[in-house]
Amino acid sequence: MANFFSNYKKQFKIKYYINYIVLAVFLVLMIILSSTGILSRSFVNLLPKIAYSIILAISLNLVVGFLGELSLGHAGFMCVGAYLGCFISLQLHTVIDNVTICFLISMVCGALIAAVFGFIIGLPALRLKGDYLAIVTLAFGEIVRNVFKNLPWFGEAMGLKTSAIKMPAKELFIISFVLVIIILALIQNLIRSKHGRAITAIRDNEIAAKAMGINVTFYKLFVFVVAAAFAGIAGVIYGHYVTPITYSVFDFNYSIEILVMVVIGGIGSMNGSIIAAALITYVNFLLQNKLSGNLAAVRLLVYALILILVIIFNNAPALKPLKEKLSIKSLTSKISKKSKAPHVIKDDDVQWNRIESKIKMDEVLSVDVKNSDGAIAEKGDRASNKEGK
Amino acid sequence: MSDIMLRTENLGISFGGLKAVQDVNMEIKKNELYGLVGPNGAGKTTLFNMFTGVYQPTTGTFYLDGEELKGKTQEAINHKGIARTFQNIRLFSNMSVVRNVMVGLHNQPEFKCNPFVSMFHLPGHFDTEVRMRERAKEILKVFGLEEERNNLSCNLPYGKQRKLEIARALATNPKLLLLDEPAAGMNPNETEELVEIVKFIRDEYDMTILLIEHDMKFVSGLCDEITVLNFGTVLAQGKTKDALNDPEVIKAYIGG
Repeated sequence: MANFFSNYKKQFKIKYYINYIVLAVFLVLMIILSSTGILSRSFVNLLPKIAYSIILAISLNLVVGFLGELSLGHAGFMCVGAYLGCFISLQLHTVIDNVTICFLISMVCGALIAAVFGFIIGLPALRLKGDYLAIVTLAFGEIVRNVFKNLPWFGEAMGLKTSAIKMPAKELFIISFVLVIIILALIQNLIRSKHGRAITAIRDNEIAAKAMGINVTFYKLFVFVVAAAFAGIAGVIYGHYVTPITYSVFDFNYSIEILVMVVIGGIGSMNGSIIAAALITYVNFLLQNKLSGNLAAVRLLVYALILILVIIFNNAPALKPLKEKLSIKSLTSKISKKSKAPHVIKDDDVQWNRIESKIKMDEVLSVDVKNSDGAIAEKGDRASNKEGK
Repeated sequence: MSDIMLRTENLGISFGGLKAVQDVNMEIKKNELYGLVGPNGAGKTTLFNMFTGVYQPTTGTFYLDGEELKGKTQEAINHKGIARTFQNIRLFSNMSVVRNVMVGLHNQPEFKCNPFVSMFHLPGHFDTEVRMRERAKEILKVFGLEEERNNLSCNLPYGKQRKLEIARALATNPKLLLLDEPAAGMNPNETEELVEIVKFIRDEYDMTILLIEHDMKFVSGLCDEITVLNFGTVLAQGKTKDALNDPEVIKAYIGG
């Protein structure tokens, strides 16, 4: 056990934990604000939606950004989780009175069922690549929702009525944000392990990954299944949040919307996905509120315009200096007035592991530095080397 | 078993009507430095691709250390002990140097770690990560890449990228190392250094090495035996000096 902690210390970096802390602070803030009644009811109602959007975005980012496969069927897995998870929850509710317990049990079941679906779809589909995989997953999404539409147990076209298990948004958003933090931790732990390296290796160069003896089929399937399970959890949250569950929600457009969150946040960037998912959901909410009545027709137009502007801002070379000025790094360096470290990235469109590798992680967490004697020895060596040169 | 590491029997492959490689019979002894030379398009890399499972041979078969490997997948062949580098460098370019090597270490039994152990940070995860990093650093030290371990691999100069590829292949702990034109794109100094490194690997890790190379000086200075291929067939075989002085070989290279 002592060994575990010493090794844990070696790998510890505060940078890894910032997003958990930010999410936790956000959650606490929301709990306080909602209990004092400052937040409007409609905003509190929005919070669970933000939570499950974040879960969908980060789990899709695992597939798109880290495995490098395009999946357009994420709403399909959510659909499985929503229908089957809530079906189980409804059955449980006849026995157990407490909705929260029903939710937690059905969440586990929904995740497992969605994972099974992910496995069944992934096994044949992951032999395909690129566009073809996208088409197959797209077809899966459409098939799933149409199957549920036609099954009598799930209310057919009227949708599954979940009013019995509907949870108040005030409770649901707390549970779902805790789930967001847990899922984020699981995904990031996976990425930052040897398995994460194998997954990114497959993305970077599949042939070389195979030549290194990495079981490509296993990892593709594994990532696909894990992402499907998390989408299933998002579906279960959705089912306890909205009633009735209708098949029309989980259409192709919804899969694309999740993908838009991932792309706008930056493919391969978990923090980006979280921010993008939250903001896009919030913007949608604002537009729905402000542009109601006669202006409702303009809503999608404005939404599309906002997306286009964001994409242009992300990619236009002319705006790069402005972006650099606004970036967190330049702001923090202004505050601390430190000169730039030698290994700061200039390249703006970096992916997660680029940032990771640029920051001299070895220096920070290696054994040499942490061992007090070793640190002095090595640093001393390096200094003398530089002098020698 | 015998002292033969790799043996091929009438190994051949045809793509449609094109017989890219035909009837190759080779025997590579353990701890030997074996060269594979031949003009462009002779089928050298195709042969490598067959040894590593990228292509499946259409005729004949091959044995590694007495075990038939024909028909196995790339991953399985790597587990059995064949590792390779590529003619056009295939590093994981978005990863740092040390991580590239750590990917090579992925399947070593001492670094076994279930994905769920990593996901939930159960005991064993951190231990594995720390040990892997240490091991990767040791390997990089052999190649003199230790200082660059945190740079992105795509930012390395060409010669170092080649070295890193060898280091990564070595990390998979192979019995047989296949080097596809390791000296391509290197300057004379780097080539000389590479000769030393290849010899060092052979002696230190008790490795059998099969390499493709165009630089005849490199081959004659390094290899114990060679096979000369031309148009997919074996032109000459044997001790390096004899094979290179074979009139057929000279004809194939110079023409006439």
